[in-house]
Amino acid sequence: MKKKLPWTLMLGSLLLSLAACGGSDEAANDPGGAGSEAGERKLSGSILAVGSTAMQPLVDQAGQTFMTQAPYQELTVQVQGGGSGTGLTQVSEGQADIGNSDVFGEEKLEAAQAAELVDHQVAVVAITAVVNPAVTIDDLSKEQMVDIFTGAVKNWKELGGEDQEIVIVNRPASSGTRATFETFALGQSKLPDLQGSIQEDSSGTVKKLVAETPGAIGYLALSYLGDDSIKPVNYDGVQATVENVQNGSYPVWAYQHMYTKGEPSEAVQAFLDYMVSPEVQEGDVVELGYIPVSGMQVTRDAAGNVSKN
Amino acid sequence: MGQMGKDAALNQGVKNRKRREKHYWEDWIGRIYTSICVVVLLVVIVSIVFFVSSKGLATFLENGVRLREFFTGTRWSPDESFGALPFITGSFAVTLLAALIAGPLSLCAALFMTEILPGRGKRILQPAVELLSGIPSVVYGFIGLTVIVPFIRDYIGGQGFGILAGCLVLSVMILPTITSIMADALASLRGGLRESSLALGATRWQTIYRVVIPTVLPALLTGIVLGMARAFGEALAVQMVIGNAPHIPSSLTESAATLTSTITLSMGNTAMGSVHNNALWSMALVLLAMTFVFVILVRLLERRNRI
Repeated sequence: MKKKLPWTLMLGSLLLSLAACGGSDEAANDPGGAGSEAGERKLSGSILAVGSTAMQPLVDQAGQTFMTQAPYQELTVQVQGGGSGTGLTQVSEGQADIGNSDVFGEEKLEAAQAAELVDHQVAVVAITAVVNPAVTIDDLSKEQMVDIFTGAVKNWKELGGEDQEIVIVNRPASSGTRATFETFALGQSKLPDLQGSIQEDSSGTVKKLVAETPGAIGYLALSYLGDDSIKPVNYDGVQATVENVQNGSYPVWAYQHMYTKGEPSEAVQAFLDYMVSPEVQEGDVVELGYIPVSGMQVTRDAAGNVSKN
Repeated sequence: MGQMGKDAALNQGVKNRKRREKHYWEDWIGRIYTSICVVVLLVVIVSIVFFVSSKGLATFLENGVRLREFFTGTRWSPDESFGALPFITGSFAVTLLAALIAGPLSLCAALFMTEILPGRGKRILQPAVELLSGIPSVVYGFIGLTVIVPFIRDYIGGQGFGILAGCLVLSVMILPTITSIMADALASLRGGLRESSLALGATRWQTIYRVVIPTVLPALLTGIVLGMARAFGEALAVQMVIGNAPHIPSSLTESAATLTSTITLSMGNTAMGSVHNNALWSMALVLLAMTFVFVILVRLLERRNRI
């Protein structure tokens, strides 16, 4: 009996864990059960928004002020990062109320999953190429940028700069910022990573590396500019400014989406309305370096077609 | 008198039985509690292995990525081609180089603490080395990014990022693991061996490298293997200094990538169930398998140690 005990334990636990996993994907895909309480929700309870780290500061700050307002004091807004993919996955599986994403859901999810989601655009982010301050170039045409990011040009002197190797500081292939930059600045999608390019997963690190590495080029959201440690580069002669984005002359920008699965509940709808209210659009959005979606004179659909309002 | 004796004996008997029962229950409570803990542990471990395996194997079973492509392909371009060889080589390269750097350093530190200056040396060096294990990996990564990378770029050449920076950061991170295991091994040397060697007229160094080290060699290697396991699984610090280009680098100072750095870089941005995401889980499965190999190695070394 003594000898048999460990075996029975092992067998028992094996059976238990197999039963626990049991091939049921819902159970396996709910790490930590970050689910929202199902069923009817009055204007009390909690709203869980998960996803894009680029949007986190905005949603977080707006959520804080939202909770202090009289009608919504019973509500709590929780904001978590994890990336656009995580946000879209969790909202389409019903684990989060809101999925924050800086790309259209169609780009990450299966068509059937994306069709269930309702898009709420709350802000715009513009992205500009930035170089190390020692690089003497201030303006790059679209063709030159394509040459740089596809590896056709490897040295700044080929573009009229100093004799200095180009070091590309990229975001990972799955990043929303990278997808936006490749689609609207280079007109390509899913460029392969070049030998010797550097990938970092946060804009803060990209900024640091471009500032320190001789000959480096990367791309950042406008909110990361504002000091002299890096130098923004004009795109086809157009400077990345809020005005140029809003009037449609600067093309490299993306919406910040807050997706819900189907029509949102009353509480979630109240929060989404608050996000597009003048208070947030002219306050938090501008203050944190995003561009108000209310001021856009152009709109863009999921296929990338831009039209004048 | 007799009555009193009988009573006393009866009382004694009741007391004994009570005490026996108490022991009996205590025994059972202990046994049940321990069993529950063991079952919970096993359930957790088996569940994790099952979860990672099911996700990781889906790449090959459901998405139709070929095993051969995954393990020998060098082109990593999500949604099209899934060659994970650059990451596998990167992981092995930084791990082996880190072990090569940290192994000798740890051995010397452990010898210093046990053979050369057992009292004071241990009091000073041990806390110093153990301090290293309390520093979070993001701090190591950031120091690597702000100190080691620019240093390599300016004085050695290349981009600064790459396998060299990665293995330097890792070697410091695994020092405490290896040192403490080696020091324990050296301290547990069977009595009499050291003294006999010295009594035969061997010098201290002869004793160390002819008697002490060969005797505890398997335990020393265990330390190195466990250090390697830690290096193989470290993600954050490596991700910050290795550069993360999915290619096999042409030099030690060119941007490279490891399994762990690729997983941390992309996991959050990919949707669950997509091919890209599944491929990342496959990499996690490779890491799990490698950890398993390291554990088996340690077991083998322990077995050799007993003989």
